[in-house]
Amino acid sequence: MVDFWWNYAWPTLWIVIQILFLVVPLLIVVAYLTYAERKVIGLMQLRMGPNVVGPFGLLQPFADALKLMTKELIIPTGANRVVFLMAPMLTFILAMVGWAVIPVSEGWVLSNINVGVLYLFAISSLGVYGIIMAGWASNSKYPFLGALRSAAQMVSYEVSIGFVIITVLLAVGSLNLSDIVLAQKNVWFFIPLFPMFIVFVISALAETNRAPFDLPEAEAELVTGYNVEYSAMAFALFFLGEYANMVLMSGMTVILFLGGWLPPFDIAILNWVPGLVWFALKVSAMLFVFLWVRATLPRYRYDQLMRLGWKVFLPLSLGWVVLTAGAIVVFGWYPGIVN
Amino acid sequence: MIIQALAFYLFAATAVASGVMVISARNPVHSVLFLILAFFNSAGLFVLIGAEFLAMILVVVYVGAVAVLFLFVVMMLDINFTELREGFLQYLPIGALIGIILAAELILVFGSWVVSPEATQILTAPTLPAGGVTNTHALGQLIYTDYIYLFQSAGLVLLVAMIGAIVLTLRHRPDVRRQKISDQVERRREDVIEIRDITTGSGV
Repeated sequence: MVDFWWNYAWPTLWIVIQILFLVVPLLIVVAYLTYAERKVIGLMQLRMGPNVVGPFGLLQPFADALKLMTKELIIPTGANRVVFLMAPMLTFILAMVGWAVIPVSEGWVLSNINVGVLYLFAISSLGVYGIIMAGWASNSKYPFLGALRSAAQMVSYEVSIGFVIITVLLAVGSLNLSDIVLAQKNVWFFIPLFPMFIVFVISALAETNRAPFDLPEAEAELVTGYNVEYSAMAFALFFLGEYANMVLMSGMTVILFLGGWLPPFDIAILNWVPGLVWFALKVSAMLFVFLWVRATLPRYRYDQLMRLGWKVFLPLSLGWVVLTAGAIVVFGWYPGIVN
Repeated sequence: MIIQALAFYLFAATAVASGVMVISARNPVHSVLFLILAFFNSAGLFVLIGAEFLAMILVVVYVGAVAVLFLFVVMMLDINFTELREGFLQYLPIGALIGIILAAELILVFGSWVVSPEATQILTAPTLPAGGVTNTHALGQLIYTDYIYLFQSAGLVLLVAMIGAIVLTLRHRPDVRRQKISDQVERRREDVIEIRDITTGSGV
């Protein structure tokens, strides 16, 4: 019995505790991101934003959650019930499982796997299924059009994200996320790889279906696209999934280009601040960029979106891969070779 | 070890079950969704034998890209699938033949391992010595250093096939108006707008 406890039960319990320590703060962040978005965009447009529920409207996310939980879940008659209900769950779960490999501070990571970047890439490429399943299962015009747009869009931008990741990998020589952060001890990668940083941020906007690339939900022509038929908690899961994806993509940007948990300068006073604080600050800055972009730019036209993805970003990122590889070979900057 | 065995049976059973569902589901979209589940479980099996790179590539390539296109096509198709299933039995002999050939080949391979156990030694010889290198590194060493020319020529064959497919399907249609981005960018205000003073009551 004691054996069973120490060999099986306790490790399982310990993993569950760790997961809770990661997921609960994450959910709070996601809830307050919705609040921050309304507040930031409100202030940018000279409005107040939510200010009624609680001090400064701080309890607004909880009020929204309560409202959505107590509403009725309507399943359209023509809908494919199982797929219809699976789609929002899938979106939300995929946005959460990506965090399993994100190191939030030195050694603070659920699973420090060797192929961390590939895992993140795989998880983010699965995000399209939630939307495409929702669009198909709703059995309705607008959701289907939204789903088709979103599928094409996400597949296109994944290609350039892949090449950007390869450039970073060439500079690091490892697929492990903690190694990628530690390789930026001297200089954060957004300085030597600046064009790739820009490509990655823009592709992240497209990958999370955020403005100016929010064509899958284009309310003006598709009445919010793929989630028209959803109500109550199923809709809330889509909403939370989208925001959780934004946090995940910001975390990815921070790890690949902005030095993860490392302080901006390697001096004592900055090193005393815990890594988690630096990580959180950088992720918040990236999230602010997401909101800022939404408040600033109009929506892209669909053909322009595709042109940007395939004819601008793809050749640019591919060329930069060749350039980086060439520079590494010519100058002999082989990173961390283990031969 | 028990947990690994449990995980193996879970992944393997789900993979086989969803494989069966792929060919038996009535709705083709469900078939594709089960196919995705099968891919996913195979990735799980790869992780269990320590091939984490292959597992991730399987998910990225097959689930993230190929299956999306499958789903795309299947959703857009407007075919009466019950009619299509009428001729299902007529293809059974071909399917069975392919199955038998595959099974025979697998039996040959695994049988040779049983007959001469040193065959596996020869197989694993080209890889770097185990321990110290991750399997990503080992694969990179094999593909991009030891067998670079073979790998590149395989890539060329694929490239030629891709260009061939594009050449075969590309048609230049003269009756379609196309957007010329350079013309649009070059367009200046002075070229297209003219400001005139019009006296009241007269036309332009």
